[in-house]
Amino acid sequence: MLPIIFLMPLIQLIILGNAATYEIKNIDIYIVNKDRTPVSRRLEEDFLSTKYFTISGYSSQISEAKKSMQEGDTDMILVIPRHFERDLKNKHFDKLDMLFNAENGNSAAVSQTYAQSIVQRFTRQWQRNHPSLTPVKPQKLINIDTVNWYNPELDYTSYMVPGILVILVTMIGMFLSGMNIVKEKEVGTIEQLNVTPIKRYQFIIGKLAPFWILGLGELAFGLFAAWIIFGIPMVGSLVLVFFVAAIYLLVVLGLGLFISTMTDTQQQAMFIAWFLMVVFILMGGLFTPIESMPVWAQKVTFFNPIAHFIEVMRRVLVKGAHISDIKNQIIVLGSFAIAIIALAVSRYKKVSA
Amino acid sequence: MNSFIGFVKKEFYHIIRDYRSLIILFGLPIIELILFGYAIRNELTSAKIGIYDQSNDHVTHEITDKILSSGYFQLYGYLHTTQQVDKAFRDGSVREVIVFGSKFSKKLGDGEHADVQLIADASDPNMSRMLVGYTTSILLNYEQSIQTPGQHQLLTVVPEIRMFYNPELKSVNLFVPGLIAVILMLVSALMTSITITREKEMGTMEILLVSPLKPIQIIVGKVLPYLVLSFVNVMMVLGMALYIFHVPFRGGFIMFISESMLFTITALSLGLFISTTSSSQQEAMMKALAGLLLPTIMLSGFIFPVTSMPKILQWFSVIIPARWFLVIIKGVMLRGVGIQYLWKETLILAVMAIVFLVISMKKFKTRLD
Repeated sequence: MLPIIFLMPLIQLIILGNAATYEIKNIDIYIVNKDRTPVSRRLEEDFLSTKYFTISGYSSQISEAKKSMQEGDTDMILVIPRHFERDLKNKHFDKLDMLFNAENGNSAAVSQTYAQSIVQRFTRQWQRNHPSLTPVKPQKLINIDTVNWYNPELDYTSYMVPGILVILVTMIGMFLSGMNIVKEKEVGTIEQLNVTPIKRYQFIIGKLAPFWILGLGELAFGLFAAWIIFGIPMVGSLVLVFFVAAIYLLVVLGLGLFISTMTDTQQQAMFIAWFLMVVFILMGGLFTPIESMPVWAQKVTFFNPIAHFIEVMRRVLVKGAHISDIKNQIIVLGSFAIAIIALAVSRYKKVSA
Repeated sequence: MNSFIGFVKKEFYHIIRDYRSLIILFGLPIIELILFGYAIRNELTSAKIGIYDQSNDHVTHEITDKILSSGYFQLYGYLHTTQQVDKAFRDGSVREVIVFGSKFSKKLGDGEHADVQLIADASDPNMSRMLVGYTTSILLNYEQSIQTPGQHQLLTVVPEIRMFYNPELKSVNLFVPGLIAVILMLVSALMTSITITREKEMGTMEILLVSPLKPIQIIVGKVLPYLVLSFVNVMMVLGMALYIFHVPFRGGFIMFISESMLFTITALSLGLFISTTSSSQQEAMMKALAGLLLPTIMLSGFIFPVTSMPKILQWFSVIIPARWFLVIIKGVMLRGVGIQYLWKETLILAVMAIVFLVISMKKFKTRLD
């Protein structure tokens, strides 16, 4: 069991840390060139010389391209019309057809902006080469300067890895604690514990402590791995991270034990734990930003401990937040911890049904 | 054969009498779908921004109004010092701060460059990309709108954009197929792996082994009820997707059902395989749940496109059954293609199922240790 608890999260952290990127690369482009002149070739080259596009097919028939898209081999079709060069020279104007496979709406939207900016660059180049056609320069100019704080290279791993680590630690903690008491029930050993003079709260704390230590150890192990392998920045104080983690784990384990007291079989306990996990993960702001949710859903995420802890990890590790910056999260997690453990203690009865 | 039917019946009763598990089994897909359909969005809406306005003149006010009325942003407040900017980022109050340089309208009128600085919280790189992109386009639009006529910059090439299969770029259209894959994978793999290890743990496996049932009958009998349950689940999710979220369904229904069943069988045999390698329910559950949940979500192309991943991960994702099923199900639902385009993925799933089944059969012990 121990290798599963430590190795599996580590392997997942390494693999999944690299998987999460919204940056779209290798867009399969099918070029339908009906013009076949030096100018249209240049446009083709402008597309293919970027790292974003790779060619999936080339022909002068649009039907071929559409077939390829239907088969799933093509993400985008670029159609360069007949007389493209001639029209540009004579009419200074032409249209290009771009067809996208929008199954994944997000990817399609991003691909579209890439494609448009390439066409824009091509146009500007064209204007520069034909100064007589260049329009008057605008006179009122706004100079836009962009600064990306905390993560100037827009590196996804430092965003995703702390979040994935939180999920892995939570998963292990919740599943282990969730199955614990119910396992004793199922096997029958709970009776033996019930007849000992141990008090209810002592019982719960005794059940909690080993997992708590295990969880903190797991987190330390994971953070170390994240630092070595991914070079995750550790701007803020690690002590603060572990302080919050200690409270957070109480919430997770308390929740697990609470589930355990409510159920009769390990299977039921596991289902409920799984159900909570999936909802927590999806609404935790790991994959999709919480701000993008409708207001009611944002309110629901207040009850999601994972969301709070992911936020804390990101703020402290990446942005170097101080304890005063995250005091709200600490208060919320602290109250959750007290409430859920009290609930678990009160649910646990020393008599068997 | 009679004893086999009796065994299957017994397994069915086992599941149906455990009403708590049943509620979860059917409630989970519904809640997940509602979450995905209504709550989870990739698009930018009402991101909190701060404004640090060093000019405070009519032009900066006008631009601020334009930005705030775009619907993408929500004003957190005006900031007046760099310390405030710093603090607002650190405690997570703002995602972006727009800094207007001094004498903005004067510089603009004099034909000088008026300065705007966009500071984005790039600890979420995706968000910061979107924020900067939207803000820049609003600023550029404004810049265009204040040019005196005759100076309009004309584009010589106009792209005409058409979006196929999902013209409104709705994320739910992509999420529903993904969700079906995740639910089927986890429910099937989990249920089978648990149900067999449970017999081992409780000691009842020995009773089954000495019964006249053949090992293959035991396994089929264990798996059959879950195949039925998964089928009901798929139907439910599909029904909700079609009638509540209006996800398009362009392909053949028979094709959809048979591919779903194939995927379910693959997942069930994976569960079987897990159960033969574990000795306790806890271990099986850890492998099936903790081991499959994140990889299935993240490496199948459900949320992150597979082609954007590093090459090594693209190779690695080959072993994730959900990855192939997603290609199939998106093809059937959104593009409406048939087996002639999807036979490769179908074959891969079938081979996976057979491999898992054969290994499990070999490892399934009919004797006690």
